[in-house]
Amino acid sequence: MLKINKLHKSYPIGDSSLHVLKGIDLSVEAGEMVAIMGSSGSGKSTLLNIIGMLDEADEGEYILDNVPIKNLTEKKAAIYRNKFLGFIFQSFNLINYKNALDNVALPLYYQGLKRKERIEKGLFHLEKVGLKDWAHHLPNELSGGQKQRVAIARALAADPKLLLADEPTGALDTKTSHEIMDFIQSLNDEGKTILMVTHEEDIASMCKRIVRLKDGVIIEDTFVEQVRASQYV
Amino acid sequence: MKFLFERDTWQEVYDSLTKNKLRTALTMVGVWWGILLLIGLLGSARGIENSFNRLFGSFATNSVFVWAQSTSKPFKGFQEGRQVQLKISDAKKIEENVEGIEFVVPRNQSQALVVHNFLSGNFGVNGDYPLLDQVQKKKMIQGRFINQTDIDENRKVVVISEEIYKQLFEKDAEMIGEYIQLNGMNFKVVGMFETGNANMGPSSDIHIPFTTFQQIYNMGENIGWMMITGKPEYDISQIETDAKLILRNLNKVHPEDNRAFGSFNLGKEFAKITGFLTGMQFLTWFVGIATLIAGVFAIGNILLITVKERTKEIGVRRALGATPFEIKRQVVLEAVFITLIAGLLGIISGGSLLMLLDSLYGQGDEAMLVNASVSISIVFVALIILIVLGTLIGLIPAFKATSIKPIDALREE
Repeated sequence: MLKINKLHKSYPIGDSSLHVLKGIDLSVEAGEMVAIMGSSGSGKSTLLNIIGMLDEADEGEYILDNVPIKNLTEKKAAIYRNKFLGFIFQSFNLINYKNALDNVALPLYYQGLKRKERIEKGLFHLEKVGLKDWAHHLPNELSGGQKQRVAIARALAADPKLLLADEPTGALDTKTSHEIMDFIQSLNDEGKTILMVTHEEDIASMCKRIVRLKDGVIIEDTFVEQVRASQYV
Repeated sequence: MKFLFERDTWQEVYDSLTKNKLRTALTMVGVWWGILLLIGLLGSARGIENSFNRLFGSFATNSVFVWAQSTSKPFKGFQEGRQVQLKISDAKKIEENVEGIEFVVPRNQSQALVVHNFLSGNFGVNGDYPLLDQVQKKKMIQGRFINQTDIDENRKVVVISEEIYKQLFEKDAEMIGEYIQLNGMNFKVVGMFETGNANMGPSSDIHIPFTTFQQIYNMGENIGWMMITGKPEYDISQIETDAKLILRNLNKVHPEDNRAFGSFNLGKEFAKITGFLTGMQFLTWFVGIATLIAGVFAIGNILLITVKERTKEIGVRRALGATPFEIKRQVVLEAVFITLIAGLLGIISGGSLLMLLDSLYGQGDEAMLVNASVSISIVFVALIILIVLGTLIGLIPAFKATSIKPIDALREE
């Protein structure tokens, strides 16, 4: 599904440069649920951004679903993002003047789908996250957990191969976090490949594999016994 | 171009513009005002032009009036100060010899006591050929103008203006076939014309046949003055010079004697006014377009701020798969849309303004503005200019929107 070889990334800071990723090797199979952990500055967000094609590596190889990702134009990157990836952000990043349904249907709009189809698919995914009745509410009329569920529905709408979550529970209380994790786990059960960045141990333990980063290198990569979030809900 | 006809495209435009209604409205004010000014000024300029045209409309504008004065130089044994007299033969010679002549109309004029029943007045009486009607159009209200038979038979007929009718006749009294007295002689009224707006030269209210005039005033071949009209493609100033030169030659006047013949060049005067009107229109376009450009810049400026505010949203859209082209297209479309709506509102209010001006200043015979309006083609030109300017100005925020990388856009708070 995903293969990364000797990935390097530096950011220029003034005259010198900050070497953030120092040769990352990572391989993720379809159906996995991986937590990328590390303290701040360890490079975990940078890695996720490169995987999400929002950023580009300086060196190394990145193959997603047998497609080598390199020298992307903005246009190509946009098309790949739309086709392969679903994003879940810490701060939800819903468009505040669009209702839940329109937010969910937005990736479909960029796929060029007809309005009728978009509404149909959007409602389907909203139903999946249990918010069909909230379809015509604006984001500011929803709770944090509901917003994140709308965001998840949006990430799922384009039926991506890989779900990327950047601290998906970072802005939520514990109870809501567990609800969201429960839902993400159920998605994984259905076969979705999920990659998430987190710094919370209990959230990471709900994944099937934990990759720990420190100073730009992988220091630990273990498969763990998944803790089901449903037991806390 | 298919996207222009899709509902979603416009839904997106509508959503983002209604997000901040007050700002959108304020943004539109600049362009609205520019178009309002352009339409209002152009329409008023047109109205003034029309009112001038109405004033001069009855005259062939490519004409010059020539009369004789006294010489200022001695020539061929004649002393200076000799009174020169124009003759009918002079008019014929000019018609035959000057290039580009359309008509030469000899005219005579005198004062007469005019009486009808118990009403009377002193008015100027003109001896005229039917040709005068070609040069100085008479709008007949009743009856006819002088015709060739009147000339051939020296008939005692008279054509009067509405003004004279009002002074000599009872209200609504029948006047065709009535007789009025000119210096004690009975003349049959055969026609009445609308009083002219602009009076060029001596008063032009009573016309009798030229030959009749010759006879009763004992004029012989003498004429008072003549109106010369040039063909439209000829320069009237040249005709004036040529005609005067021939007149000097025929009347034994020194070729450089500029005082022997007086003239009034209507063509030249008209050109001055036309030039003034053209200048006014140029100024209008200049002011209007400049205001428009300022307005469009204001739109560009606001959109730039809007794009800055929406950096994060644009980042999200790009993460969800919007290509830079789609983002740019959206911003440009918003710019064009605002510009166009503002422009249309400006056209509507400009039109209403012209209607208001018309009802205030456009009524009646003495109206300052006549039919103040703007042609559809000008409105179309203005709209096309708006679309072009809107697109160009929209490109600036559009490129700004996609210049920032999606990852940086997402980090923006």
